[in-house]
Amino acid sequence: MSNEIRVAIQTDVDIVTARMQGRALGTEVGFGSTDLTLIATAISELARNIILYAKQGEIILEVIANSDPCGITVVAQDQGPGIIDIGQAMRVGYSTSGSLGLGLPGVSRLMDEFHINSQPGQGTTVTVKKWKR
Amino acid sequence: MQLRDNLVLKVSTLRSRGVIIDVTVLDVMDSFASRTLHDLVRMIKLRGADTVIVGIQPEVAFAMVQLGLTMEGVPAALDLEEGLAFFNQNSLRKETGPRVK
Repeated sequence: MSNEIRVAIQTDVDIVTARMQGRALGTEVGFGSTDLTLIATAISELARNIILYAKQGEIILEVIANSDPCGITVVAQDQGPGIIDIGQAMRVGYSTSGSLGLGLPGVSRLMDEFHINSQPGQGTTVTVKKWKR
Repeated sequence: MQLRDNLVLKVSTLRSRGVIIDVTVLDVMDSFASRTLHDLVRMIKLRGADTVIVGIQPEVAFAMVQLGLTMEGVPAALDLEEGLAFFNQNSLRKETGPRVK
């Protein structure tokens, strides 16, 4: 079983590819259909953010196999403008792009773990995990 | 975007009163898709027609709620049949005279 999948994100089609890969990997881990949809939605949201704010980046999907429970890690990274105020970006309803501002706080609700690392001018890395219960 | 332009145009040429959007095939509804759909519904409304969304899958509905997407003000129905029933009920209420089906 492949442990890591990298999907370059540049266009809308790449978003679909990333979430299909996420579903495939999640199925290998043994997630049920509801969790698979939550994971696919989180991937979609993170990949959309990359295109919206950084133009391009990468989604890295990884199986967490050597643990109990096992799970899946999704990393979204880009070399975009970064986030000046992460606290603000995590607030529901806050957006600099005219969107609904549900993306990041929403993703943290969809998944079990959420980490964000961002420096202005140095890009953003969002790491989320979902454990199989 | 093409769907949007075509749909808004069709509402005019066909003088539509109601539009049913079937999203059964969508396996994911993220905030971007939801906003696109919401905008579409508002545009159709400004052209004088009502829209009902049908076919949101149970898992998709669950994910949407977790994400915080409520689609407020957008009527939804279980499937195409219920969507049609929604319009039949609504137009019956508006019209006073007998209706020819």
